[in-house]
Amino acid sequence: MDVTHALAAGMGGIRTAGDLVARMQMSRGMRLKEAKEYVAGRLGCTVRDLSDSYAMEQLRGELGLGRILDHSNLHPGAPTAMAAKFRIAELLGLRINCVERFREMAGL
Amino acid sequence: MTELRVPTRMGDGSRVERTRSELRADIEAGTAEGARRAKCPPLDADELDHLLDIYASPASFTAVDIGEQVVLSCDGGGSKMTGTDLQDLLESEQRLGQDILELWHIEYSYKAIKTILPFQQQVMQNAQLMLTAPIQYGAQPNLAFYSKPDGPAENWFELLPQGRIAESRAAVEEAMEHATRDFVYVSDGMMEAGADGMDFDTTGGAGDADLLSTLRAVEQIRRTWPEAGIELGMAGEFVIGVHGELEWKGRRLAGMWPKEQLEVAQEAGATIFGPAVNIRASQSCAWNAAFALTVVKPCMEVARIPVHPNVGQGVCGVPVNGYPGEDASSRAAKACVEILRCDGL
Repeated sequence: MDVTHALAAGMGGIRTAGDLVARMQMSRGMRLKEAKEYVAGRLGCTVRDLSDSYAMEQLRGELGLGRILDHSNLHPGAPTAMAAKFRIAELLGLRINCVERFREMAGL
Repeated sequence: MTELRVPTRMGDGSRVERTRSELRADIEAGTAEGARRAKCPPLDADELDHLLDIYASPASFTAVDIGEQVVLSCDGGGSKMTGTDLQDLLESEQRLGQDILELWHIEYSYKAIKTILPFQQQVMQNAQLMLTAPIQYGAQPNLAFYSKPDGPAENWFELLPQGRIAESRAAVEEAMEHATRDFVYVSDGMMEAGADGMDFDTTGGAGDADLLSTLRAVEQIRRTWPEAGIELGMAGEFVIGVHGELEWKGRRLAGMWPKEQLEVAQEAGATIFGPAVNIRASQSCAWNAAFALTVVKPCMEVARIPVHPNVGQGVCGVPVNGYPGEDASSRAAKACVEILRCDGL
């Protein structure tokens, strides 16, 4: 069922910009239209690009926002996970909780 | 001329055949029943036509239009069969492309999680180092666990049939104090471990007191963690009055339908609201979708926060069996997105 909903209606998570739009909903309580427009504005792309895996793979790569990793699609040296979230926080103008905790624990 | 019969499903998941006319009759009956019960308008003619087109198609799968995709949150999520919680979350991010991930434990109650909080905090901290997508922590309020023999309060489900109303209400009120404290304790712990937010799943499952203890917790969490995601997902379309007199800022909780549930959730400080409408197993999925959309639609007009209708097993048009057909689940998703214009699922 998770797969069904992901394919039928889901934005695609980090394959696209689903995680970024989700962060604006979670942290700011933005409705979908507002959240998509906000993220598209920050990324400098169109709203439709946000759920396009081709467009977003390029953009996420350029901006270092983390991408799907598999055997034919590896990006050693590019930011992933926590490193990518530092960039996402800056890009979206958000205070990401785990980034702040990491910064504090690492003494950054 | 004989009308073509298309395969469709009942609310229990079984496959049946219906003509387009029969499906239209189901949809009209479903919206009429929803409007009657929730005292709201039925779906309009265009919405009924759209819903009929979705359900009268013989396609094995359907989907929203390109660019119209929505944010997927989840209560639970993953399979718990992939070794560890961390692997499960990685799979949800890397293979399923989930927008919001959820760390959860099989003892999916805040009361139980309190006893293993450090273990769950460690998993959250580790997961946040490994994943990019937002991760919330989820569990259910399950207020009944605070009554005897599982908890400290008298058992109101035993007192109520004896007509001991005042004692029942006192027991419920005592349970609520314990519950809210636990919800806040677990939430503070998970946020300190780096969670992006909290999910209160199946809220109201034990009635109005279950909802009120959650709203009180949400208000406190919002004060402490101003940027935390707080998802409040409901147990059903109607809040049962187990106590009967409980209010949230002057509004009686018992008897609330999704629009009023949303209003109190957003006032308390939730950032995502998840309405749930339980399936009627003996009605078709088309009937159930029409019913669910009708009672949830009033939310969309007053929502200041995202609305993610629950489309898990047995809610909002998805059949109640363990493996709901992809045809039925995808139709429910498409109907919610295209007719409600919801913000997520």
